[in-house]
Amino acid sequence: MAECVRVEGSSHSMDKSITLPPDEIFRNLENAKRFAIDIGGSLTKLAYYSTVQHKVAKVRSFDHTAKEVPSDKLYEISVQEEITARLHFIKFENAYIETCLDFIKDHLVNTETKVIKATGGGAHKFKDLIEKKLGLKVDKEDEMTCLIKGCNFVLKNIPHEAFVYAKHADSEFRFQNTHPDIFPYLLVNIGSGVSIVKVESEDKFERIGGSSIGGGTFWGLGALLTKTKRFDELLQLASKGQHTSVDMLVKDIYGGSYGSLGLTGDLIASSFGKSATADKDFSKEDMAKSLLHMISNDIGQLACLYAKLHNLSRVYFGGFFIRGHPVTMHTITYSINFFTKGEVQALFLRHEGYLGAIGAFLKGAEEDNPNQYSWGENYAGSSGLMSVSPDINPMQRARSGTFPFDMLEMDRLERQLVNLPLLQDASSYIPDTVDLTEDALAREYWLSCFEEALDGVVKRAVASQPDIPEAAERAEKFRQKYRHKLQTLRHQPFAYGSLTVRSLLDTREHCLNEFNFPDPYSKIKQRENDVALKYYQKAVKSLEELSWEERQFALVRGVLAGNVFDWGAKAVSDVLESDPEFGFEEAKRQLQERPWLVDAYDQWIERLKGPPHKCALFFVDNSGMDIILGVMPFVRELLCRGTEVVLASNSGPALNDVTNGELQILTERIAAMDPVIQSGLKEDRLTLVQSGSSSPCLDLSRLDKVLAMVVRERQTDLVIIEGMGRAIHTNYYAMLTCESLKMAVIKNSWLADRLGGKLFSVVFKYEDPTRKPSKDTVALTPS
Amino acid sequence: MRLKSFPWFGMDIGGTLVKLVYFEPVDITAEEEQEEVENLKSIRRYLTSNVAYGKTGVRDVHLELRNLTMCGRTGNLHFIRFPTQAMHRFIQMGRDKNFSSLHTTLCATGGGAYKFENDFRTMADLELLKLDELDCLIRGLLFVDRVGFNGHPECYYFQNPSDTQSCVKRPCSLDNPFPMLLVNIGSGVSILAVYSQDNYKRVTGTSLGGGTFLGLCCLLTGCETFEEALEMASKGDSTNVDKLVKDIYGGDYERFGLQGSAVASSFGHMMSKEKRDSISKEDLARATLVTITNNIGSIARMCAVNEKIERVVFVGNFLRINTVSTKLLAYAMDFWSKGQLRALFLEHEGYFGAVGALMELLKTTEEQ
Repeated sequence: MAECVRVEGSSHSMDKSITLPPDEIFRNLENAKRFAIDIGGSLTKLAYYSTVQHKVAKVRSFDHTAKEVPSDKLYEISVQEEITARLHFIKFENAYIETCLDFIKDHLVNTETKVIKATGGGAHKFKDLIEKKLGLKVDKEDEMTCLIKGCNFVLKNIPHEAFVYAKHADSEFRFQNTHPDIFPYLLVNIGSGVSIVKVESEDKFERIGGSSIGGGTFWGLGALLTKTKRFDELLQLASKGQHTSVDMLVKDIYGGSYGSLGLTGDLIASSFGKSATADKDFSKEDMAKSLLHMISNDIGQLACLYAKLHNLSRVYFGGFFIRGHPVTMHTITYSINFFTKGEVQALFLRHEGYLGAIGAFLKGAEEDNPNQYSWGENYAGSSGLMSVSPDINPMQRARSGTFPFDMLEMDRLERQLVNLPLLQDASSYIPDTVDLTEDALAREYWLSCFEEALDGVVKRAVASQPDIPEAAERAEKFRQKYRHKLQTLRHQPFAYGSLTVRSLLDTREHCLNEFNFPDPYSKIKQRENDVALKYYQKAVKSLEELSWEERQFALVRGVLAGNVFDWGAKAVSDVLESDPEFGFEEAKRQLQERPWLVDAYDQWIERLKGPPHKCALFFVDNSGMDIILGVMPFVRELLCRGTEVVLASNSGPALNDVTNGELQILTERIAAMDPVIQSGLKEDRLTLVQSGSSSPCLDLSRLDKVLAMVVRERQTDLVIIEGMGRAIHTNYYAMLTCESLKMAVIKNSWLADRLGGKLFSVVFKYEDPTRKPSKDTVALTPS
Repeated sequence: MRLKSFPWFGMDIGGTLVKLVYFEPVDITAEEEQEEVENLKSIRRYLTSNVAYGKTGVRDVHLELRNLTMCGRTGNLHFIRFPTQAMHRFIQMGRDKNFSSLHTTLCATGGGAYKFENDFRTMADLELLKLDELDCLIRGLLFVDRVGFNGHPECYYFQNPSDTQSCVKRPCSLDNPFPMLLVNIGSGVSILAVYSQDNYKRVTGTSLGGGTFLGLCCLLTGCETFEEALEMASKGDSTNVDKLVKDIYGGDYERFGLQGSAVASSFGHMMSKEKRDSISKEDLARATLVTITNNIGSIARMCAVNEKIERVVFVGNFLRINTVSTKLLAYAMDFWSKGQLRALFLEHEGYFGAVGALMELLKTTEEQ
């Protein structure tokens, strides 16, 4: 049922002189178009679509046949302006609506916009104000349709959108994998009343039931019983109360439990049952608590009955009764567990408050086909879960002079992302090896590690733009932003879903992009590629002189040694910076001798003695020595064996990882020197694809659609994943339907220590799903 | 066969009310009467010559089953209730009347049979035979339905439940009663799927029951008794308190097929201070009654659909003198199931557990 409009809210209209922080809120307003607004009982959610102009690093090959080659560099790097699409969602209290509308009017440049899509129970109340202030026509959209549309959108596009709430667990939020098929599901929307909606597909949904006992009942009855007016205050009262003085429990009737029915003594037999018989006064807190239990249990029970009737196991809860309130999430979870004996889990959504606004926006943007694209949450621009603590009374926040708002930003991705078709079970695939939300020790280490590395990142960012004077200033802003993010994550590790090394790295990339440092390593990568390329032929020649057995081992050691060159790992970047001559041979000497920390090399060699693989998919890692002297000779050997090779590299820059653009040029140059690579390219046996990612880690459930297609067409039967980011921090436990090889050097002493190894320990994990798993597997979590 | 000695009682000690049935033999021979101890006579006289006991005990005279034959004896079955709060006074009375000297078995069901067992023993030297409340409920219900209500059917339903003008109570029989969904509304609610006298399961329950209605009414209106609360409710208007679909959408919510007159949010208007200041206690009592009743109806209906049972029988003392609720339940079952479900009610609403307990007494007699 609809969210109610708070009538008494009008009594505290906010001071209009409040200044909004324009750098932080309503960003990119000058390019904004397609507005949508969702006005609920107390919060307004504004959505708009905007284009963001930001700098990207592009590489372009020099024409090496021409005489006028300006330098001996392989390729040139140019920083270009690129325009990408971004969705902005801002949530603020209704009291600020006029201030916000004025601000938007003053900053809105785009005059094409004529209409604002509106939804929510308060839309009609503010219709005239919006039309007057913005000069836009308010076009009302059905609330439930918007809600469902928004829900589908976040479930499809935001990993870790849904979570299970467990109050007493180590981490209160247990995030769920994005299921490849989000349908069917049940959405229980608890506004003033309750609507239970079964969603079967993008366009097919049905209200299968509901209840009049909802958030409005809690609020209305609560206000009558406790003389407390505000919803938030009622929840606060409830969290302090004891319901057992008001409710009649099973033990009040039985003296204990009702054993034959399995009803425990503490179970509520009759809500408010004691307030009829006892003639004493009840505390506000106790009554509020009893009321909260009564309503949560009732809703939970109905939800379970409907879930059972329609045979649905995924049940999402939303509406203002739930909206980020730990108290109600806990009582609803408890109720669902009780009534289904754990068969159904209550699921909540990180962006639940935005669903209506997202849906209304999508209704208005249908001609842009937003559902054709993949979208990604921008960690730099989004506030994260619980950024505005519901425990703080909004009136107090207003008095403190700050303007509380919450933001969600989503970038339209250039590529449509899908699952790797070779995942054994896409629905249970978890990219990340360690969940830092749950592992406090690891969390503490990695947060500190990223904090310590920040100076170096800032330094390199400035160095990457030597000709731009204001780069230092921007880099400083980046530092502040990322440091703030790290601080937030220290207190709220669940802010963006499960905290992982990957999310920490991705957040850093997002922040760098935000301040126009699209590729701080571009020049370093260029230099390293130049140097490495000079050694390519020599390296290949020396490999060819070896016997077959010796060569296979040298090839593997080559990949591993190449992988030591990694600016992403602090231990290595220190050495690289102090000793630029640190060479390939030196790297080999650093490697751990066999037996390695994880050593399936013997099985791999046995396998190589058999028939060649049909096609290998190789997820590559760093530029320079790694790709040129490590990976390419390995690829060359595979091609010689008659195995086709698909090289998957990042679509966009991340650290010193080789990008698809760079790899195209490098491969052409190598092909010019090496007939094996040359013919591989020509005969289409060596293919370069982009991963669709701009992360130093790898999420096999979000890969470029083209990559998935190629993998299927080529009947890929071997997946090779290289490097710490892709094979250790992520995918260490990934189960594939074909053979896989995971190779990495542990370049972090803390992690090495935890795994029982030393710095530069080697992980060489070969798995064949048709055979028994190797017993050398090291558990990456402490025992 | 030796008959169990009089007096014959069956007792159901619930969370709010104690229900007591007493079999008064009317076929006592002169010989018997001579043998009868004074104590027993005094109990019989006390119970049958009064309609109220102490401050809070009541005999529901209109429910009395006359000339009933049980275990070969003819007599009248009396229905008595008093608040569970008065349980200790009742036990004291048992002691004062030296009840234990009668060497009768006191069959008791309901949670109080467990809770007060020790008090009966230590205060009045009485041993309770504790019986399961759901077993007793079903056995008692089937018995009373079988013997009928003094020549009339025990069971009734409402004809034309969707039309307040032409809605009328109609007697009916429960012939071939299985399967039935049995909704017992006491302080809380238990919902059972009953397939035969001995084959049933508790499907679910809810804590929003008669105790919730009375408890909330006491807090909201300051009333003290169920009768008072119902009296207020009968005069109130719940639409001043509840927010209806039309209050939000101006009319029907067609996208979801919801009528404008449907309740969207119980107590939803009470979010507004203005509205809170303008409603009466009667309105609040009515809204509480409607909210609790509709919720029970809704859960019962879902259970009936899930269990594939079309007959829903509502019992329990919440329905006593409560035509607002019975009619509302009849309407809700009919409307939301599009006529598929029928709500049935029984005249002896809350007494079946006690009757079932009495039958257990007579059963143990037969076995001796």
